[in-house]
Amino acid sequence: MEMSRSQLQDKNLKTQEITINMGPQHPSTHGVYRCVLTLDGENVTNLENVMGYLHRGMEKLAEDRTYTQFIPYTDRLDYLAAALNNIGYVETVEKLLDIEIPERVEYIRVIVSELQRIASHMVFIGSYALDINGFTAWMYTFRDRERILDLFEIISGSRMTLNYPRIGGVSHDLTEDFIAGLKELLNDLPSCFDEYDGLVTGNEIFQARSKGVGVLDAETAINYGISGPNLRASGYKFDLRKAEPYSIYDRFEFDIPTGENGDSYDRFVIRMEEMRQSLRIIEQALNDLPEGPIQAKVPKVIKPKAGEVYHQIEGAKGWLGYYLVSDGSTKPYRLHIHGPSFVNLGVYPEIAKGGNIQDAVVILASIDIVLGEVDR
Amino acid sequence: MEKLFLNAGAGLEQWMVSGLGLSSIIANLIMVVIQVAIILTFVLLNVLYLVYLERKLSAYWQQRLGPNRVGPRGLLQTTLDVIKLISKEDIVPQAADRKVFKLASIIVFIPAVMLYAVIPFGKDMIAVDLNIGVFYFIAISSTTTIAFLMAGWGSNNKYSLIGGMRSVAQMVSYEIPLVFSILGVIMLTGSMRMSDIVAAQSDVWFIVLQPVAFLIFFIAGTAELSRAPFDLPEGEQELVAGATTEYSGMRWAIFFLAEYSNLIAMSALAVALFLGGPAGPWAPSWIWFVIKVYIMIYVFMWVRWTFPRIRIDHLMHTNWKFLLPLSLANILVTGVGIKIYQWFIQ
Repeated sequence: MEMSRSQLQDKNLKTQEITINMGPQHPSTHGVYRCVLTLDGENVTNLENVMGYLHRGMEKLAEDRTYTQFIPYTDRLDYLAAALNNIGYVETVEKLLDIEIPERVEYIRVIVSELQRIASHMVFIGSYALDINGFTAWMYTFRDRERILDLFEIISGSRMTLNYPRIGGVSHDLTEDFIAGLKELLNDLPSCFDEYDGLVTGNEIFQARSKGVGVLDAETAINYGISGPNLRASGYKFDLRKAEPYSIYDRFEFDIPTGENGDSYDRFVIRMEEMRQSLRIIEQALNDLPEGPIQAKVPKVIKPKAGEVYHQIEGAKGWLGYYLVSDGSTKPYRLHIHGPSFVNLGVYPEIAKGGNIQDAVVILASIDIVLGEVDR
Repeated sequence: MEKLFLNAGAGLEQWMVSGLGLSSIIANLIMVVIQVAIILTFVLLNVLYLVYLERKLSAYWQQRLGPNRVGPRGLLQTTLDVIKLISKEDIVPQAADRKVFKLASIIVFIPAVMLYAVIPFGKDMIAVDLNIGVFYFIAISSTTTIAFLMAGWGSNNKYSLIGGMRSVAQMVSYEIPLVFSILGVIMLTGSMRMSDIVAAQSDVWFIVLQPVAFLIFFIAGTAELSRAPFDLPEGEQELVAGATTEYSGMRWAIFFLAEYSNLIAMSALAVALFLGGPAGPWAPSWIWFVIKVYIMIYVFMWVRWTFPRIRIDHLMHTNWKFLLPLSLANILVTGVGIKIYQWFIQ
């Protein structure tokens, strides 16, 4: 059916590879991200990541802010999962200070983290569907995400960039409205997830577009340092919440969904399942929520002793790590943020080669990047 | 009521010959011009309404409201959009092939309007009842492909080029199952004349006798119209706007209007071939025509807003490995069925 390149050239027909730019202004690059595609017709022969369009110098800014002043900055890293960023940073500082957190604070942080994880995955499902033109699914997931954002507004005053935890506790306690709204949401969400399954996951065209596309085997994933749902989709069962439990995750019962093939379909289905598991965790945490203070006894001026610490949590996109070096003053000497999306994006050129442009778009959607985390 | 337009037309012609004293040839000529003007007005008004309808329907399916500020219930939205587009700056990219670029926009609209010559708007209300009516329709609708190719090439933009190439590949490939599905209907009728086909459905609609053909027609028709799930040429998420990326203002609006005009024409063809044409109890035939066409349009839109987009290689596979053999099988079964039926009546 297709003539080989040499046969075509023998007939004096020259074909040419075109180099095309996707982004930074593009409807489906999930932010200001650019990749340079080399195309042979519809097939991608080479792909080059170009990042840095959203670089704001967060790590340098951290050197000039006190520990508490930096918490709002962490919201803007992975802006779709702000609470997880906040909590990761705050836990790192608490590890350096070596303080004991009240029980109620731990439970509240778990509830907010898992709610945020659900919200982040909802955006993933919506944008994945949108990238293959299943417009309606995007509207449905955002409708339900609105309810989660309303809950966040009740406790922290802000929908997306929460700035909720503080060093040693949380800023505001959970109110009656929040708990009532949360219980109602826990009742409604399972049927919403079934709705997404019906509209997207079971759809023939969606499955044809996702199965077998962008296959990432476990060995390549580990070599590239991939973490989070992408790693689990490739078949390697590893979740920081179970493997190296931080906070109080070892008290909850939940499963870790794992995929088999490592294609885009698996990456999608895993995140659907993770949302359901997050619901389980929230239910258990809500049942066991103890009374107590919401802030530990922390000095007014936070001056940790000189030293360094690294702490990582299971963020929505993978392992979110903070490496903090303190020189004994009120401001960090050096803060390095390990953003999982930055590392995950590194494998994109490898798995997108050989497919179509359309596959490249689907693979980028399935890796689930947030440019705030990639560029910091 | 049934013969409202026919009587009005005949009356007008009569008045021109006897009242104004024009010769019958000139009166006939003027009647033709009036018919063209009326059909054009009908099409353009419908297209205007359809743009609004699509936005409203998609909004309701997505749990939002759609246009609801401009005019009562947002009905004047499209009119004001068109006025805005007319007032935009006419940008032709510097490196573009000017003649090809400008002509493409015009050429896309011409077939979209020419198709209406053979559409049965009501009983005895076909503008030109050609004895090869269906064939004329298919032939003219294929020429839309040239316009997209010209748009893709003339824009001097890699994205547009990819969009134009995809468009040609898709439209040319899906012509074949489209025509074969219509062949079944023509075999049952024994003629390609539109009025014969409509008359042959007076007992039972062809959708009952040819359900598979209707399904193939629907799928191939969606692909011909470049509507989702087959809107690769326009692939917003990958190619921004495909072949029409560089067009702005009124030039782009013409592409848009042509797309909806094609939609109405394809729905009208589906109604004439499979849904019994302009016929039905109690109401005049031309009202039934409008109702049935809008039902078809509703289903086209419903499909668009539910399904994701299909990939280019799947597109080709579906066509050549699935639709084409299926349509050939349909022709086979229809032929056998006709023969058995003839033996049966003997």
